[in-house]
Amino acid sequence: MQATPLLTIKDLRVTVAGREILTGMNLVVNAGEVHAIMGPNGSGKSTLAHVLAGREGYTITAGSAIFRDQDLLAMAPEERARAGLFLGFQYPVEVPGVSNVYLLRAALNARRKARGEAEIDTAQFLRLVREKAKLMQLNESFLNRGVNEGFSGGEKKRNEIFQMAVLEPVLGILDETDSGLDIDALKVVANGVNSQRGPDRAFVLVTHYQRLLDYIQPDFVHVLAGGRIIRTGDKSLALELEAQGYDQTVAAARNQSQIAR
Amino acid sequence: MDSKVQNPGLDELVSRRYQHGFVTDIESDTVAPGHSEDVIRFISRKKEEPEFLLEWRLKAYRHWLTMREPEWARLHYPPIDYQDISYYSAPKKTPGLKSLDEVDPKLLATYEKLGVPLHERARLAGVAVDAVFDSVSVTTTFRDKLAAAGVIFCSFSEAAREHPELVRQYLGTVVPYRDNYFAALNSAMFTDGSFVYIPKGVRCPMELSTYFRINQAKTGQFERTLIIAEEGSHVSYLEGCTAPQRDENQLHAAVVELVALKDATIKYSTVQNWYPGDENGVGGIYNFVTKRGDCRGANSKISWTQVEAGSAITWKYPSCILRGENSVGEFYSVAVTNNLQQADTGTKMIHIGRNTRSTIVSKGIAAGRSQSSYRGLVKVLPTAEGARNFTQCDSLLMGSHSAAHTFPYMEIRHPGAIVEHEATTSKIGDDQLFYCRQRGLSQEDAVNLIVNGFCKQVFRELPMEFAVEAQNLLNVSLEGAVG
Repeated sequence: MQATPLLTIKDLRVTVAGREILTGMNLVVNAGEVHAIMGPNGSGKSTLAHVLAGREGYTITAGSAIFRDQDLLAMAPEERARAGLFLGFQYPVEVPGVSNVYLLRAALNARRKARGEAEIDTAQFLRLVREKAKLMQLNESFLNRGVNEGFSGGEKKRNEIFQMAVLEPVLGILDETDSGLDIDALKVVANGVNSQRGPDRAFVLVTHYQRLLDYIQPDFVHVLAGGRIIRTGDKSLALELEAQGYDQTVAAARNQSQIAR
Repeated sequence: MDSKVQNPGLDELVSRRYQHGFVTDIESDTVAPGHSEDVIRFISRKKEEPEFLLEWRLKAYRHWLTMREPEWARLHYPPIDYQDISYYSAPKKTPGLKSLDEVDPKLLATYEKLGVPLHERARLAGVAVDAVFDSVSVTTTFRDKLAAAGVIFCSFSEAAREHPELVRQYLGTVVPYRDNYFAALNSAMFTDGSFVYIPKGVRCPMELSTYFRINQAKTGQFERTLIIAEEGSHVSYLEGCTAPQRDENQLHAAVVELVALKDATIKYSTVQNWYPGDENGVGGIYNFVTKRGDCRGANSKISWTQVEAGSAITWKYPSCILRGENSVGEFYSVAVTNNLQQADTGTKMIHIGRNTRSTIVSKGIAAGRSQSSYRGLVKVLPTAEGARNFTQCDSLLMGSHSAAHTFPYMEIRHPGAIVEHEATTSKIGDDQLFYCRQRGLSQEDAVNLIVNGFCKQVFRELPMEFAVEAQNLLNVSLEGAVG
């Protein structure tokens, strides 16, 4: 079986306010795969997630990112979303007065419109959101509350995965979705992600801790340090990181690949 | 990243124009610019008014001549030359129309363009419309159905002729002609407007609506509206306003008086979309309006809801005099300013009676280089035992060149009064926009979504069929406001 690349990042270099944060990033994500990107604070993990989603404030100085045969970096954030890229935010944003379902419906219809499909009918939409809310163990009153308005940290994160479940992206990038979650919430979130895995879809989990990977089995684990991937392995790499800490792993990897920084 | 990639079509959005800026080519009877007692006599004669009304106008005029234009508002504009304004303009063919069929088809086409539900659409929507074009009321729909309920809904001129006793009894009792500069000018010069009378115990069978339009160049529009709700009655009234796009400023100085007797409720909603001027602040309507309701009887209620999106300058404070025991005053407002628009708007709640309650919810949205001010007074007199007020004032800034100001005044003269004031100022965040766009919404849709969420508390007070219109209006007004 031949792997279908969804996302191909080549030698990506990104600066923020004149400082280079990504220093030559390479990554290929194929359909059906789950990648975990781990790294110490300040290694460029969140920058990568933001740049892929199209957030402003980053300057791309070199390299490319191809998403489903399209030049991702030339697309507006909404075009990327409609093409099937979803970012689960580390800090989900409040949009007061706009109900959760209202935003979701607008988002869903924007995607459908981009694909030349008709808007989803109300009954069908409600069935869909109720089913997904149940999956994420969110009760229905939650659907009509303002987007993230007054949500607890755990609710915000569950809401991100809930949105992803409704929107069914091809590529889900989850930026530190596990941070600030207690163990029960973590299981719900992991369960939500696992239920969405499939041969046509892929996930990139950006995380600081290996804890999440106890519940979501990654196919690949990458160590990001100094703005590039310095080591790639399987699940065991995450455990190694956990046992030894980042400092030692990063130092060892640098020695091996003789990266002088 | 390249900002062009981020904001597709933003330039195009910014350059989209005011949609109601067309001029209808209709022959008009317009008096030469300038004010004088002769002009007032001319207007009064044209309207075949009773003598008492002419005298009242002249008293108002003489008083106005002694007054000075107020300067306390946070507004900046060049001096208005009141001798350069024409105080009367009427489409030539209108007087004495018996039915819609006799209305100039061009005029009807104008209303069609504006989306005023004049014909069948109106009946379907259950809305009765009184349309005021420059200075005269063109037609009032559904009069028969309303008449069966005993409701009088007609142009002010007609009321002055056919119900002079009611006009005489109530005119100027809520907003006396001495009240302020613009009210005095209006009292002298008003040309038309709407009149509503709801008899005792009647719940008005449909929403009443007036559509105002300024068409002629160099004319002012001075309409006067009087609504009387007798004991135990109920009425909901909506006004909408537009004007063509012109390079010079035009003056609109209206007066609205509401009287609610015992147990009566008046709900008054405004969707104001006068021409705001262009992106450089050239042209636009000066909207200096006095609106006041008098809760004269016990348990009466007056509720103002306004969506102010147009006008170069808005100066307007729809207020409630809470005289009757247990009477209730409400003010829900969304004021949107873009480009160089200026708005100084708010309300006054005057608590006189016992256990009177008032609620103020004001949402100001300022984009471009615009200035938005909330100015409100909550006054509790020594007689107002048990008075309560809640005020919430929120401002939303878009871009970095707009400004929002809040001027809350409180005069509390009863020790038991409970007065609360909450205020917030926020900016449409890049975070919010990016979040919505990441979910697939365009920049424009994301702005609309955020703004509509911000205004939700006010929109839900609007009659159903106008809430959607208000939302759309807001969306158009803020097009290209975030870049």
